[in-house]
Amino acid sequence: MDISPFFFYLFAGLAIACSTMVILKKNPVTSAFSLVLVFFAFAGIYALLDAHLIAALQVFVYTGAIMVLFVFVIMLLNADVPSFDLGRSHFLMRVSAGFSALVLLGIFVWAFKESSFHSIGGEFTLEKIEAAGGNTQVISELMFSEYILPFELTSILLLAAIVGAVAIAKRKLVGGRV
Amino acid sequence: MDTFDWITTAAKSAFLVIILLQVVPIMAWVERRGSALMQNRLGPNRIGPLGLFQSIADAIKFIFKEDPIPGHVEPFYYMLAPLVSVVPAFMTFGVIPFASSINLDGRVLHFQVADLNVGLLYVFSVASLGVYGIIMAGWSSNNKYTILGSLRSSSQMISYELSMGLSVIGIILVFSTLKLGDIATQQGQLMTHLGPWLLPEWLQIPKWGVFIQPLGFLVFLVAAFAETNRLPFDLPEGESEIVAGYHLEYGSMKFAMFMMAEYLNMFTASGLITTLYFGGWQLLPGFGPLLGLLQSQFGLAGMSAEWARVGFEVLSFFLKVGFFMWFFVWVRWTLPRFRYDQLMDLGWKVMFPLAMVNILLTGTFAYYGWI
Repeated sequence: MDISPFFFYLFAGLAIACSTMVILKKNPVTSAFSLVLVFFAFAGIYALLDAHLIAALQVFVYTGAIMVLFVFVIMLLNADVPSFDLGRSHFLMRVSAGFSALVLLGIFVWAFKESSFHSIGGEFTLEKIEAAGGNTQVISELMFSEYILPFELTSILLLAAIVGAVAIAKRKLVGGRV
Repeated sequence: MDTFDWITTAAKSAFLVIILLQVVPIMAWVERRGSALMQNRLGPNRIGPLGLFQSIADAIKFIFKEDPIPGHVEPFYYMLAPLVSVVPAFMTFGVIPFASSINLDGRVLHFQVADLNVGLLYVFSVASLGVYGIIMAGWSSNNKYTILGSLRSSSQMISYELSMGLSVIGIILVFSTLKLGDIATQQGQLMTHLGPWLLPEWLQIPKWGVFIQPLGFLVFLVAAFAETNRLPFDLPEGESEIVAGYHLEYGSMKFAMFMMAEYLNMFTASGLITTLYFGGWQLLPGFGPLLGLLQSQFGLAGMSAEWARVGFEVLSFFLKVGFFMWFFVWVRWTLPRFRYDQLMDLGWKVMFPLAMVNILLTGTFAYYGWI
């Protein structure tokens, strides 16, 4: 498998640039839209890796659904700039933040260089996936046979989250305005 | 990717973009003349034969109008919003096949810009991006009406996306593929049985999606109207309530781009309905014998016969798409607008359960091997 280096650097650069925009920009709406672009760049990288299903789902679920809600919450709350401006932080705080960021970067670099991370290859090579009818087929077959229990448990987890959200919203409604 | 791939892909993309760009002025004309027809008046009939050049005049007007930016908007997002809504509208059609493949010197040429493994998912994921343009426009305009319009549109699109996504699961179950090319090809087979009963030879009709998934088709059609923000679900615009909704602050070409996005989305929705439920490029009834007659009459053989077949398939596809485009116009000038709570009731209490019932029924049928 050869990833076209040009497109990899394009998407990777876009992802990194937009990620920094997310945390550096003062305007929360700009941050949210930058995050949308980050997800796009990720989808591009997945597509380069021939993982078309993951790429499509990334765009579908994250940019198409979750981020829309994020953007809406930000817009509706009308979170203006001052509420995000916490003032200048303490000198010691900034030093320790910088220090821990550097340490984290060091750990990442060390982990990627030292570990045998890159040599792990599963049984699903590109040719095998192609022979079995493509990504979607292989993933769905595995998901509904070998990994059926985790899959169902995840859906129960999501259901619990939905029920919890409704319960909290209802309680506020009863105790508050109504 | 070799030279052949580059050239054919470029040619197909150019063909598609040219068609998509023609759709907008033609549909603007059809909409105005069609509404006039239904309301017993003439409509634009002065410029060109039957007023056909009215759209060109409109386009010139849009381009040369002054394009002010109101002082109270967020300029960057205000400028970006029309682009964001137009680009996904152009992207979606790339996976829809408009003819079957043809052999050229041992190479297979697919009449489809990209035959993605995840074709259907691609359509949905790109279509779900359209809502960003509307949100951006509504928010950046800094106006109560525009915010209301974009709020409505996003809740409407998210609600109906659900039933739309669930309604095609039936189709995926039947054809067990996400590739739109394969789905269109498989619809050429004959329907051998209806439920548990075998059909006699003379009753066997092509296996078009609408015949095996009538319920799914109904849900999909209604959801398509809601997703494209067309009447009776054009709440985001709602002239009588919120002036013009999300594009209230836009003028000249920027407004025209929102209109373009709407028509392109309509075109994509029609293409998708055709591909999923009406056999895609499969020949219309009567076209098969006609093609045979043509081939025997002119002694077409080999490549020229193949190209004649492709021509008929393209014609069939675009005739079907054209019918659904007209259907969109027809419905728009026939039904009044829904109230907002009615819209949400229909989406969540009728369409969503119907889509679930459809999945259950299709699953049962597939389990017993009746499909």
